[in-house]
Amino acid sequence: MYDTIIIGAGMSGLAAGIRLAMFDRRVCILEQHTTIGGLNSYYRQNRRNYDVGLHAVTNFTPKGARRGPLARVLRQLRIAWDELQLVPQTRSTIRFPDTALDFSNDFELFASEVERAFPSQGDGLRRLVAELADYEHFTESRWRGSARQWVQRFLDDPLLIEMIFCPLLYYGSARENDMELGQFSIMFRSIFLEGLARPAAGVRVILKRLVRKYKSVGGELRLRGAVRRIAVRNGAVDKVVLEDGRELETRSVLSSAGWPETLALCDEAGRPDSPPVGALSFIESISILDTQPAALGHDQTIVFFNDSPEFHYERPDDLADLRSGVVCSPNNFAYDEPLDEGVVRITALANYGRWAALDERAYRSEKNRWYHQMVGSAVRFVPDFRNAVVDHDMFTPTTIRHYTRRAAGAVYGAPDKRYDGTTHLKNLFLCGTDQGFVGIVGATVSGISVANRYLLKEEGRRKREE
Amino acid sequence: MTGAEIREAVVDILSDIAPDEDLSNLDEEVAFRDQLELDSMDFLDIVMELRKRYRVQIPEEDYPELISMRSTVKYLEPRMQDIPKK
Repeated sequence: MYDTIIIGAGMSGLAAGIRLAMFDRRVCILEQHTTIGGLNSYYRQNRRNYDVGLHAVTNFTPKGARRGPLARVLRQLRIAWDELQLVPQTRSTIRFPDTALDFSNDFELFASEVERAFPSQGDGLRRLVAELADYEHFTESRWRGSARQWVQRFLDDPLLIEMIFCPLLYYGSARENDMELGQFSIMFRSIFLEGLARPAAGVRVILKRLVRKYKSVGGELRLRGAVRRIAVRNGAVDKVVLEDGRELETRSVLSSAGWPETLALCDEAGRPDSPPVGALSFIESISILDTQPAALGHDQTIVFFNDSPEFHYERPDDLADLRSGVVCSPNNFAYDEPLDEGVVRITALANYGRWAALDERAYRSEKNRWYHQMVGSAVRFVPDFRNAVVDHDMFTPTTIRHYTRRAAGAVYGAPDKRYDGTTHLKNLFLCGTDQGFVGIVGATVSGISVANRYLLKEEGRRKREE
Repeated sequence: MTGAEIREAVVDILSDIAPDEDLSNLDEEVAFRDQLELDSMDFLDIVMELRKRYRVQIPEEDYPELISMRSTVKYLEPRMQDIPKK
């Protein structure tokens, strides 16, 4: 009998597992894939290491900072800042036609860029930031309001508003074209006020540290441990049945599989209607270069681009939408030593249904075609690196679906979040993307806070046992 | 455990929860929250560590008793007097 079974060995599941095992709970994390990471993972191909998922850790704060989500996560997991080997970004850009705004981990750069390009908007931006400082005190109804409406109280230049929303939507919105104010405040702080960073060896550094910690405090991890069914009795989880038929008894379940995905695993008794699944998915290309991107004149960490004054963050009708995109070079962080090889990753919006409908041959040919189109689109905004490419890979919404089981390849999950982490079953809880926190640090905050609230605190325990 | 031993045990827990904090000059009367960078999540850890190390159960309604070192020791003394020092 386990105290808690956690579904999914991504950032949130691992963080929750550490918390529970640290306080002597008997915990098992079940991961359907052959490796850890979930939506932020890694793989090896042609003797090269690749990262998938977010381009960077957001919410970065420097060593010694005592406030902010990163410091809080490290304290809660009892991991030292140095162990994540985070290296800050150099400089990133939001590039629209005729206008570009640079930003770095020093907010003053972004503020001065806004003042330079939009002289009438500088004061408004500062007032907006001052107001966000109070975001933790927003009421839930305010939290769920439209971020675009709220931003218009401070800024009235439509181009600037689009440019601010572009990176925030791309890096975390499960909704088309707008976000909830609460999500906006988290994303704005994590990207513009805190910042971006990355370990030189990629996301595996963070994941491996979390797993090592989890195992060191006695947690159990089962890979290839896909859940077939969550068996329900009297309004509670009775046991968890694996794909291979094994049955595991547990007092509680914490799922990071997503809200609609978790519901689909539960027996039908008392099950609410499935909420809508996310509409937004992505294609991503990874190009390996025979030189450092900086040698070609590309020295930005991340370039968010959009080729018209209006930014469309929505599911495209076509296989993908190349009007906008995100270009990340993992080389362009402030490392002491350059990485061995040049890498350029490009992300663009894509339509899951269109990719899923292709037969295998068409899929392969579309994947190849869109790789070249996507790179062609990006080099309108960054120096042309195509002659330096020695290898490449590409993933699509169906790749995401396959490896993460996320419905419709929606990496940011369902549009309606379950902020309190509860479900229709008294001992089943949600963490991760669909509990409402995105990003690497955000996901760990989610796992930690749901574990603390419902699975460690006495009150949570009583509630479950009622 | 005596009051002094309980204090030592709490300092030991704090040093595990917040390794970067200087605990040598803790003011007995001032709230932990005002002299250390601790949030509600960290307070939970104090409670959980006391339970893990000394089997002391602290109900949630009593968490406010742990506001400062003085109040924490005062609250724990009757509950830990029969527990041997580790």
